[in-house]
Amino acid sequence: MANNLLIFPLLIPLVAAVLQIFGRSHIRFQRIVGAVSMLLCVGIAVVLVGEVHMSGIQILPMGGWVAPYGIVLVADMFAALLVLTSSILGAVCLFYAFASIGEEREKHHFYPFFQFLLVGVNGSFLTGDLFNLFVCFEVMLISSYALIVLGGTKRQLRETLKYILINIVSSSLFVATMAYLYAATGTLNMAHLSERITEVGQNGILSVIALMLLTVFSLKAGLFLFYWLPGPYTSPPTVVTAIFAALLTKVGLYAIMRTFTLIFYQDMGFVYTLIGWLGIVTMILGVIGAIAYREVNRILAYNVIAGVGLIAFGLATANRAGLEGAIFYMLHDMIIKALLFMLAGIMIGAAGTARLQQMSGLIKRIPLTGWMFFVSALALAGVPPLSGFVGKLLIVQGGFERGWYTLTILSLLTSLVMLYSVMRIFMLGFWGKERPLADEQKEIPDEVYREWITEAGNPSLLPDASENVLDHRWGTFRPKALMASASVLFVLVIAIGLGAGWIQTYIAEAASVLVQPAVYVQAILGGG
Amino acid sequence: MEIWMSIAVGILFAVAVYLILSRSLLRIILGTSILTHAVHMLLMTMSGLKTGAPPLLGEESGSYVDPLPQALILTSIVINFGVTAFFFVLAYRSYLRLKTDDMEEVKRKGGQ
Repeated sequence: MANNLLIFPLLIPLVAAVLQIFGRSHIRFQRIVGAVSMLLCVGIAVVLVGEVHMSGIQILPMGGWVAPYGIVLVADMFAALLVLTSSILGAVCLFYAFASIGEEREKHHFYPFFQFLLVGVNGSFLTGDLFNLFVCFEVMLISSYALIVLGGTKRQLRETLKYILINIVSSSLFVATMAYLYAATGTLNMAHLSERITEVGQNGILSVIALMLLTVFSLKAGLFLFYWLPGPYTSPPTVVTAIFAALLTKVGLYAIMRTFTLIFYQDMGFVYTLIGWLGIVTMILGVIGAIAYREVNRILAYNVIAGVGLIAFGLATANRAGLEGAIFYMLHDMIIKALLFMLAGIMIGAAGTARLQQMSGLIKRIPLTGWMFFVSALALAGVPPLSGFVGKLLIVQGGFERGWYTLTILSLLTSLVMLYSVMRIFMLGFWGKERPLADEQKEIPDEVYREWITEAGNPSLLPDASENVLDHRWGTFRPKALMASASVLFVLVIAIGLGAGWIQTYIAEAASVLVQPAVYVQAILGGG
Repeated sequence: MEIWMSIAVGILFAVAVYLILSRSLLRIILGTSILTHAVHMLLMTMSGLKTGAPPLLGEESGSYVDPLPQALILTSIVINFGVTAFFFVLAYRSYLRLKTDDMEEVKRKGGQ
């Protein structure tokens, strides 16, 4: 039942990245290769979703070695849908990058890093082996370090230091956890692990290992342990924050969902309750952060955290409705977060600043962006005809079925605060009296520029801006092209909302594997 | 034997955590290096330290040591080597740029 299609979401971006490294100074070539690669990925992901829909879970044992001995790639509906979403977001963000990232970054390997990031993300979604998941995580993280720091402003350097440190620690913990798991079970293949743990039952040591894995993935996903997140997500250029917000935390969430529905699903009353509480606390802290700040990027970064909390809560209800809701909301959340960051990038460019106090009346300058932002904000909060509604509805239903009335109502209240936080961006930013373009560049004194030149020793190493805001000075980027890529996602948000019933059949299929892990194990080990 | 290794790993973890919590950036990087050492030793220990031939078929032994964790450690070493090299260069760059390796100063000078 080997299906070679599964390798392509990894292989295509990998080959594209290598080609782009060779064509370093030919920006046009790099762009074409990147665009072709991403569009191919989207096409293949669509075919993959179709095949999984028609004929069940697809697997690819690498090198022909059967499941527990070799590495196996697995595409169930959940993974296939996530690969599709990440490919679409990759394509859209790439086109957004064409119009905004700037020549200096393009020459310094922005596109290869971008492609490697997608290799890591797609690999994490498709792998069926825990150690391979670690390797894919590292591929993704190392590209993300480079993407954050590329440009080398003071703020980027500082935030990358923090980001690398936290990720080295969490990766080390991941390897340590795998050591314990290997000692306890003697395997690292997920399906095989699931089978072995079913045989021996979930004893104390396995629960400890499960908690360690939860800690590791929570660090990656920003579930409660999110304190590293706002800084690195606000310092790089907009397109990088958009792709991070859409993909990176969701990979951690995917790992949590996969681990706790496939491997550690017995006797998990305690851990599921813990995940539920962590989700609620994350949501509350996230929305507190979202209303505490007055910087567009930062408000959205805290909304990312709140979204993670809600998805984790959906998982923790551990019933069908809750899991379907979590999957639906996760797909919606990936798209809407990328869209909001993109629109915020256009806003920041139009206003010349990220601070809400310094912007108002933007609706006159960029009316289309304004209304798009308005509708996206409604979609984020889950207003009925739009994409966020069905996911939230199902999560709430799952919460009630589980009997967590107070927690579920709390999660609904945080949705309100979420809506308030983004509506505040809309009202302060777009309404009111129009202001002249705030030129933040004036705030950088001449001696700072001179200092840059002397320390770099080479004007080409000179960063073009002291803050990411300045990458988007009006006129140095192409707002129309940016709007075009953002509108693709906007259409998608509307379409997901309107076509929720149609998408629901796929989501239900994805959730059915999560509630019946035996199906997954059977597909990998049974056919062997 | 596993007991002694576990104690050694525990000491390494303690040293690593202590170093990572310090203010100097260089000490932090050393801490992460020691942390990854500890983790690799842990992986080796947890897969069993029973005596056996090196995992080479030419040895023609009755029993071999487990080859899988060795491959895992090798992978992990290379990854950590790459990350540590990047971390060092990043620290160098931020030293040139921010003129300090004190994390409190870095926090202050990094701007908003």
